[in-house]
Amino acid sequence: MSSDILTSARLRLPGRLRSAYIPVLATAGLLAAMFVAGGVRYEGFASGQVVLNVFIDNAFLLVVAVGMTFVILTGGIDLSVGAVVALSTMVSASLMTDHGWPPLLVVPLVLLIGSVLGLAMGCIIHYFEIQPFIVTLAGMFLARGLCYVIGTESISITDPDYTAVAQARIALPGEMSVSVSVLIAVAVAGAAAYVLHYTRLGRNVYAIGGSEQSALLMGLPVARTKIAVYTISGFCSALGGVLFSLYTLSGYGLNALGMELDAIAAVVIGGTLLTGGSGYLAGTVLGVLVLGLIQTIISFEGTLSSWWTKIFIGLLLFAFILLQRLISARRA
Amino acid sequence: MAPPAPILQMSGICKEFPGVKALSGVDFRLLPGEVHALMGENGAGKSTLIKVLTGVYAIDGGRITLEGEDVAFTGPLQSQQAGISTVYQEVNLCANLSVAENIFIGREPRRLGRIQWKRMRRRATELLAGLDLDIDVSAPLSSYSLAVQQMVAIARAVDISARVLILDEPTSSLDSGEVEQLFRVMRRLKAEGIAILFVSHFLDQIYEISDRMTILRNGSLVGEYLTSELGQVELVGKMIGRELADLEKLEDRPPARTSEPLVEAEALGRGGAIEPFTLTVHKGEVVGLAGLLGSGRTEIARLLFGADHASTGALRIDGEPVTLRTPRLAMNRGIAFCSENRRAEGLVPDLTVRENIVLALQAMRGWSRPIPRRTQDELVDKYVAALNIRPADPDQLVRNLSGGNQQKVLLARWLILEPRLLILDEPTRGIDVGAKAEIQRLVAELSDGGMAVLFVSAELEEVLRLSHKVAVLRDRRLVAELPNDDGLTTGVIMETIASGGRS
Ligand SMILES: Nc1ncnc2c1ncn2[C@@H]1O[C@H](COP(=O)(O)OP(=O)(O)OP(=O)(O)O)[C@@H](O)[C@H]1O
Ligand SMILES: [Mg+2]
Repeated sequence: MSSDILTSARLRLPGRLRSAYIPVLATAGLLAAMFVAGGVRYEGFASGQVVLNVFIDNAFLLVVAVGMTFVILTGGIDLSVGAVVALSTMVSASLMTDHGWPPLLVVPLVLLIGSVLGLAMGCIIHYFEIQPFIVTLAGMFLARGLCYVIGTESISITDPDYTAVAQARIALPGEMSVSVSVLIAVAVAGAAAYVLHYTRLGRNVYAIGGSEQSALLMGLPVARTKIAVYTISGFCSALGGVLFSLYTLSGYGLNALGMELDAIAAVVIGGTLLTGGSGYLAGTVLGVLVLGLIQTIISFEGTLSSWWTKIFIGLLLFAFILLQRLISARRA
Repeated sequence: MAPPAPILQMSGICKEFPGVKALSGVDFRLLPGEVHALMGENGAGKSTLIKVLTGVYAIDGGRITLEGEDVAFTGPLQSQQAGISTVYQEVNLCANLSVAENIFIGREPRRLGRIQWKRMRRRATELLAGLDLDIDVSAPLSSYSLAVQQMVAIARAVDISARVLILDEPTSSLDSGEVEQLFRVMRRLKAEGIAILFVSHFLDQIYEISDRMTILRNGSLVGEYLTSELGQVELVGKMIGRELADLEKLEDRPPARTSEPLVEAEALGRGGAIEPFTLTVHKGEVVGLAGLLGSGRTEIARLLFGADHASTGALRIDGEPVTLRTPRLAMNRGIAFCSENRRAEGLVPDLTVRENIVLALQAMRGWSRPIPRRTQDELVDKYVAALNIRPADPDQLVRNLSGGNQQKVLLARWLILEPRLLILDEPTRGIDVGAKAEIQRLVAELSDGGMAVLFVSAELEEVLRLSHKVAVLRDRRLVAELPNDDGLTTGVIMETIASGGRS
């Protein structure tokens, strides 16, 4: 607690490693280690395309996790994201396949629905002072329920433009390629990182995560920021849903079951504190990559069941929460 | 010369909390270019008046006009935009953000919507340099002491070029040098025509800086006076509603009985925090620790309580060598530590006064042996009365108490342990003059009863009044140990600090 003026003077070492960076660096180190280990163990693992495939297979998760990062940074949580992803795929598929709407109309509508849902949850959380956990849990049931109102079966998407976009591959140098989704996801992550670091909205997010009471007394727009954060998360979930439907070319109410937990796991592994106020978007990107790389390694292994993915994620979560605990204990 | 028209006028302000009438019919005005002190005991309603003014709470009755126009703010954001800049009691900043951000958040320098971090850090450095504070502004606020945090909060408020500046106990954690810096800035702002509302329990500061004062008692207005026309004794009388004779009575402390040593620190030290020191505390002795902020006062306290580990030296309790690895072990040995940082490591705001008071005692007994309710009530009632905690309702949530009353609750928690050594780190911060005298008398009584006390305070008068001997610190070194005899004055202590004990 009481490091006094003199201590602080001593702390002024140039280039001092901020303890806030440690979790992100740990995740980066882990990612590098996994990649090297995979490359040593499996033939054909150490190629750029393997990394890009991780992006291709997890573009939707990345977008959803970006939204989740905003929410968690304020000290909140959004459990509705998986359900909103499913609802978005369902609405897209239903409108395009059953009603013949053009994608150019459907996609903005889906994004609007997600944002409005998020906005509504944000308003309830802020104005009625109900815990985000409860409100977004209700939002999750609502969105899943709405899926079944639209249809109980999986609907495949046949719109030619949409499938064309889904199958398009953008060639990169060295015979590598990525999907459109990856570009979108990377753009979203970049924009989010900019917003968090360089705009007032972003800084207010961190301030609220540090202390909502103080943020209010410092004259920050707490209501607006909190509502914005859930709206962003709703938007990202809907966009994640669009990418998901591009990935699977179908809509189904049981899509993305438990994706909220994957997103939270990615954010936490990326070093963001669940209590809010500390973390970086870069960490979340790394967190998603770690999750994706685990899956890749398991598929390369061939004999392991995919449940091992869950086991590894569980172990990692433990490790990272312990790491955060240690860091915050040392800081205190 | 006729006084200028008030910039801010509050009339007939009423505010009621469930069960407490915090303000009833209070009038208050603030003239441009004056420093106006708001005075009153703990719980008189000072902070509430400020929060009502700035829109943290809605008013139940009354009118507020700013520059002749009726206003009703819905929150600090609005009042800030209307030109009222406020430092609320207790540091209200975000410890996870950097110092620079804490100063500028909400009004960061931007270009095309993009925050200019470099410029922000440079301006923050300049601003703090103006307050004589040279620190790394990109480090998180949490890495600095309460005093620095308080200075940062002040820097933030001062830089918001406002017409009205409100400072609710900004000096509670500051030492005299920093207070001087603050006063210099206040005088400059005053000359620029800014109206300043200032709250403090340090009467010397009030008389030094304020032009006019408004006194509240129990949520009602006592009156508005020119500082130059109201003597200190009258002021205290008006604040507490009776004469205060207790302050002088303590002056004649009985000399400490030369008794066995209780705690002996020999060359005890911790790298980077405090150089090895040797200090003996006898039973029934009050030892004062004097020194500027950052001189290592708190560090000594933490070492003796096992909150930090010593890297050198030895500690003996009752002549028996011990290593205090955790506070728990220290508590088992009868050492209690009342920390200076009540918000971060003391009170549980959402528990009641009773629960907060018995917390440490219960923890000592272990949770399997609950304290009988009757004993709890007796203990709590005794200390609520002894410390004059108001409202005297053990079931009130601590969160709802005024700042000074919260401090009293924390103090009560450690007093009921009846420890053998009580370490008090700034125990009277934010406590009004009347209650301060009560607490000092209580400490004196306890020490007469055989309890040893290590008393850390930035207020030298207080240290002098209570202690049998004073240990003087400077630059993290214990430079002198002075017996508190007739020859010892605050002047002597200041000189010792200044000369580093080489005299
Ligand atoms: N949120 C609240 N709920 C209930 N009671 C409250 C609340 N805030 C303040 N009070 C009560 O209002 C009264 C005035 O409190 P206030 O904080 O204004 O005192 P103060 O004059 O600032 O005292 P101090 O010098 O200790 O800071 C106290 O009795 C306090 O218990
Ligand atoms: Mg107060």
